[in-house]
Amino acid sequence: MAFNFPAFSYIIALIVDAFLIFFSLFHVIAFDELKTDYKNPIDQCNSLNPLVLPEYVLHLIFNILFVAAGEWVSILINIPLIAYHINRYRTRPVMSGPGLYDPTSIMNADTLTRCQREGWIKLAFYLLSFFYYLYGMIYSLISS
Amino acid sequence: MSQSNMMNQNNMPNGMPPHMNGIDSSHSSRDSSPTVRYPYMTQGPMAPHRPIPANQLPPTSKTINQLSQNYSNLQINNQLTPRTSPKMFSTSTPNEQVKDNQSQPAIDRNKSQQSQGGVLSPIGFNHSATSHFSNVALNGNSVSNLGQTSQRFNVPSNFGGTQLPHQNSLPSNAVAPPPRPPLQQTLSQPRLMAYNNGPVPTSTSSPQHAVPQNHMTQRPLMNQPNRMPNFNLQPSVPVQSPATRMPTQMRMPNSMQQYPNMHQQQHHQQQQQRYPTPQQYTNQLQASDQLPNVTSNSVHQNSTPAQDIPIRANLHSNRYPTQPQYNQSHQQQQYTQQTIPLQQQQQQKLQQNFYQQSSQNVVQSGFNKLWGVENFDLLQTPNILPKTKVEVPRITLGNELLDHANCKPDIFRCTMTKIPENNSLLQKSRLPLGVLIHPFKDLNHLPVIQCNTIVRCRSCRTYINPYVYFIDSKKWKCNLCYRINELPEEFQYDPVTKTYGDPSRRPEVKTSTIEYIAPSEYMLRPPQAAIYLFLLDISRAAIESGYLHTVCSVLQSELNNLPGDTRTQVGFIAYDTALHFFSFADGLSQPHEMTVLDIDDVFLPCPDNLLVNLQDCMELVTDLLAQLPNRYNNSFETGSALGAALQASYKMMASTGGRVTVFQATLPTIGPGALISREDPSQRAGSDVQHLNPANDFYKRLALECSGQQIAVDIFFANSQYVDIATISGICKFSGGCMYHFPLFKASRQSQNESFEKCLRRYLTRKIGFEAVMRIRCSRGLTIHTFHGNFFVRSTDLLSLPNINPDAGFGMQVSIEESLSDVKSICFQAALLYTSSKGERRIRVHTMCLPVVNNLTEIINSADQQCIIGLLSKMAVDRSVQSNLSDAREAFINVAIDILTSYKASQNMGATSGLMVPNCLRLLPLYISALLKSIAFRSGVSTRLDDRVKAMCDMKTSPLPNLIQQIYPDLYPVHNLHDQNVIENEDKELVPMPPILQLSARNIDSNGAYLMDMGTHMVIIVCSAVSSMFLNHVLGVSDYNSISDEMYELPSLDNEHNQRLHLLINYLNDEKPMNATLQIMRDSSPNRNMFFEKLLEDRIETALSYHEFLQHLKTQVK
Repeated sequence: MAFNFPAFSYIIALIVDAFLIFFSLFHVIAFDELKTDYKNPIDQCNSLNPLVLPEYVLHLIFNILFVAAGEWVSILINIPLIAYHINRYRTRPVMSGPGLYDPTSIMNADTLTRCQREGWIKLAFYLLSFFYYLYGMIYSLISS
Repeated sequence: MSQSNMMNQNNMPNGMPPHMNGIDSSHSSRDSSPTVRYPYMTQGPMAPHRPIPANQLPPTSKTINQLSQNYSNLQINNQLTPRTSPKMFSTSTPNEQVKDNQSQPAIDRNKSQQSQGGVLSPIGFNHSATSHFSNVALNGNSVSNLGQTSQRFNVPSNFGGTQLPHQNSLPSNAVAPPPRPPLQQTLSQPRLMAYNNGPVPTSTSSPQHAVPQNHMTQRPLMNQPNRMPNFNLQPSVPVQSPATRMPTQMRMPNSMQQYPNMHQQQHHQQQQQRYPTPQQYTNQLQASDQLPNVTSNSVHQNSTPAQDIPIRANLHSNRYPTQPQYNQSHQQQQYTQQTIPLQQQQQQKLQQNFYQQSSQNVVQSGFNKLWGVENFDLLQTPNILPKTKVEVPRITLGNELLDHANCKPDIFRCTMTKIPENNSLLQKSRLPLGVLIHPFKDLNHLPVIQCNTIVRCRSCRTYINPYVYFIDSKKWKCNLCYRINELPEEFQYDPVTKTYGDPSRRPEVKTSTIEYIAPSEYMLRPPQAAIYLFLLDISRAAIESGYLHTVCSVLQSELNNLPGDTRTQVGFIAYDTALHFFSFADGLSQPHEMTVLDIDDVFLPCPDNLLVNLQDCMELVTDLLAQLPNRYNNSFETGSALGAALQASYKMMASTGGRVTVFQATLPTIGPGALISREDPSQRAGSDVQHLNPANDFYKRLALECSGQQIAVDIFFANSQYVDIATISGICKFSGGCMYHFPLFKASRQSQNESFEKCLRRYLTRKIGFEAVMRIRCSRGLTIHTFHGNFFVRSTDLLSLPNINPDAGFGMQVSIEESLSDVKSICFQAALLYTSSKGERRIRVHTMCLPVVNNLTEIINSADQQCIIGLLSKMAVDRSVQSNLSDAREAFINVAIDILTSYKASQNMGATSGLMVPNCLRLLPLYISALLKSIAFRSGVSTRLDDRVKAMCDMKTSPLPNLIQQIYPDLYPVHNLHDQNVIENEDKELVPMPPILQLSARNIDSNGAYLMDMGTHMVIIVCSAVSSMFLNHVLGVSDYNSISDEMYELPSLDNEHNQRLHLLINYLNDEKPMNATLQIMRDSSPNRNMFFEKLLEDRIETALSYHEFLQHLKTQVK
């Protein structure tokens, strides 16, 4: 029972993951608002776009910590999402600012459904991994 | 009103701010409360008792009784007819034959004939071939296999009595139906009749019967010389005599016989739901008597008196309570049913001559045409294009009054005239579902209504329309969300007759295209004035193109015709590497020019006098327009600061909104929004087209800002080099603007200058709507999936259109989210709220109602090929931008394959050697092969990137008729106009109407002259061996070689040959928003490629011919 680097990385991952859960919750709500006509797509994109990169960066940070700590299982779990993020940002529409969402194409029913589904899946993923990180933290605290 | 205010209106709860009630607030539209919905659901089982038109009736014992009763009537009548004339038999035989064939759904018609003829699939196949033949024959190709088929049809009539027990295991006395037969028997009754064509007991022995028989057997001989072998799919089937065929039938294995029987039974039950009662058939029969090759239109024409009674309940009868008044109409219907056969009898006598001459399957195919269910083998029908304009399929709701009230197809059009009941059915048909709308089309007769309260549904905000249901005189039920609404007192008053009482007489309920003058709740701010700002490119390239002269002279002459009122304002900005503003301040003797050199951070040199009232400053403006063309002749600035100019115009107009018109001649290379040339000329012919996407999002972002301030930007490109339309078009696309493109423009080229002038003139004087929004509502269960056109989508069903013009078309893809099985029809409603140029706030409402069906065959047969092409081309543009061009091309081919495959599957055709298409989709492969060769989607042919992108933008925004003409131009022979059909134009003049030819070199004769109508441009090509009469009298030239290469108008000569051509051209121009430019050329002219590249059916180096394309489809269709 001692505090070590893997335990530290898990604690950081827990905290960051809590933030990510809020991010994806916000994401889901935002797209729901768009779908039900409560918000105008320009405003909505303006509020969503600045959050995209921070989310990706936060996710990347604790994964770097995992790499440093040698937590390969946790890395393996997160690699698909990292790849998805990179690909998603690479294929974003032409825009000058940071972000993913383009107010002119966001109202397309396909895009809307896809974004909403993405939000729900991420929310589920972050929630599940939150408990996994909790387990990982306790495990690494106990085992050492 | 600020942008945020405009944009945030949807935040507010429904109905809260009064000004939002206009078009904006309907987030709760899809879900009315369950307490409201519940009662309709329980109404379900009640439905069959309600007297609804016969073609919507579910099978009840009553209808079946009527059915058989009617048949027995016919039977008796036939037998009672004095047999003095031998013609009688041949008349009645096809009559009933056809009737029974018609009464079966298309799907098993082949089968029924198989069992009649007693031969299995070869004959079934043969049947489809014959119906095709007869069509061809009708089309004038004189291919005929008539005798063979009619012979086969005759067989059952001779042996009907003997076959009956064998095939149906029913007693032969079932021929004369008992008054109340058991259900099972009645169901099979009509089919029995089919075997029993004509007066059965006597016909075999009757000597008179030999006459028609003889006549029939002689037919093949007579037609022999005309028969073209390549059309004959089964030449080896011998013409069997009835006697030889009989044993064949007897030898048939039992299982084989039973299969079609079972099939028929099933379909027969369905048929009663879907098809009109015999009485209606009879009517149709009469109609077809009069017109041998009737078209599907005539279904519409012959309504019974019962149908004429407005039966509003039909549409939603499952949801609506019973109304006592409809019982009356039902009785009436019964009454007419009894009387009709007598009339029919008389009709038959009158028409005997016709039947004597024509054989059965002419009638057969006539009926197939009537129902629009005939099919074609494309590989065997090279001349698939109709001789006249392709007819628009009509929507039939089973009620004359409602059909008549439906929105005109040139305004609102759906890809199918019947909506599938659920999504899986739609997927099975493989047809795209969507609507095309041309909401602001110039209309001649538009009812305009001014009233205190505009009647709308309280929950979904739908405008009252002809398809709502009046529960009583105080309540109406919305046809989109099914909520029950109160009717205001005012609505009881009929403004036309000035009487109170019947709400159904109101114009809102009588017509589905209507315009309201909106009260102040529909305004966010006082209606804006018409404000026009002109941005003129004065860089070196622009000056050299000389467009300024044209623009200024046209503008000068049209200044008084700009739509607007006394508040109309205009302004001008010229730009090269700097911005040149023109101030029209009071007291100036001539406009004052101010040059702003700082283009990176744009500011306005003076706060006012840049946009001035047109009437006050007319002289100064005219003065400026006179000076402008030559003012910058000595400038050698090559750069163009388009971005800065647009930002400046945004600043000038942000407080008011309005229209910005940009004339751009060169690539904007400096300042904000600067672009670099992305096109590599060596890659123009490559199959992989790059740079269809914008290079940056500057123009898009600016467009969104403009859209928020109700500014629309329209662009005229008069470029000689690449201008990156892909990027710049963003400013038009998202601000609701429009775009014109004149590639390689030089004002010195007469034809270019002329078309530029025409476009500009039309553009300046056409109607305009400011600060517009359009909302598309649709019945519960449907959702709008994707929008196509120039606008900004502000919420799921609201389009923000800073300006709307009469030439803008829109498309929407629709998806079916919930099953529609509990409704009889669905509706789309488009409401366009705009400020007219006179400062009036108006709402134009279009409603379209479509029936819902649950049968795949019916769905496929209800397809609207042109509308499908319109929607597909829009989807393909999206695809090529998001993915790439070859993907889009592949998608086109796949759509054709999928649709043909699903048709084949739905028809149970099995392995046929042909490529069968239903009548309603027969041009689809032709159009698709033309699309693959169109400027937008062709590959392998050198195409400038700008031209391609512009063609793609056109596909997204053109109204459908223009689009079809661009995809597949009309080709008319004009060398022999004197012996063509004539039609009457609006002035009662007789216009010669030559047949439309297919775009293939085989239709071009060296002694002819041909006019190709490409929408905005017409070409007359004169071939070398054309008669000297044509040259002298029509063109006014002495010989072929004296036709100049620059002949841009048809001389007016004082002879009828010349006048006929003028009449034709004027007639074609009448249908267009502006007159097309005309060019006359020899077939050896250097410009001839303009004509010959449009012969889209021929093989070119890099693309398949139409026939090869069909062969390719054939290999793919499983």
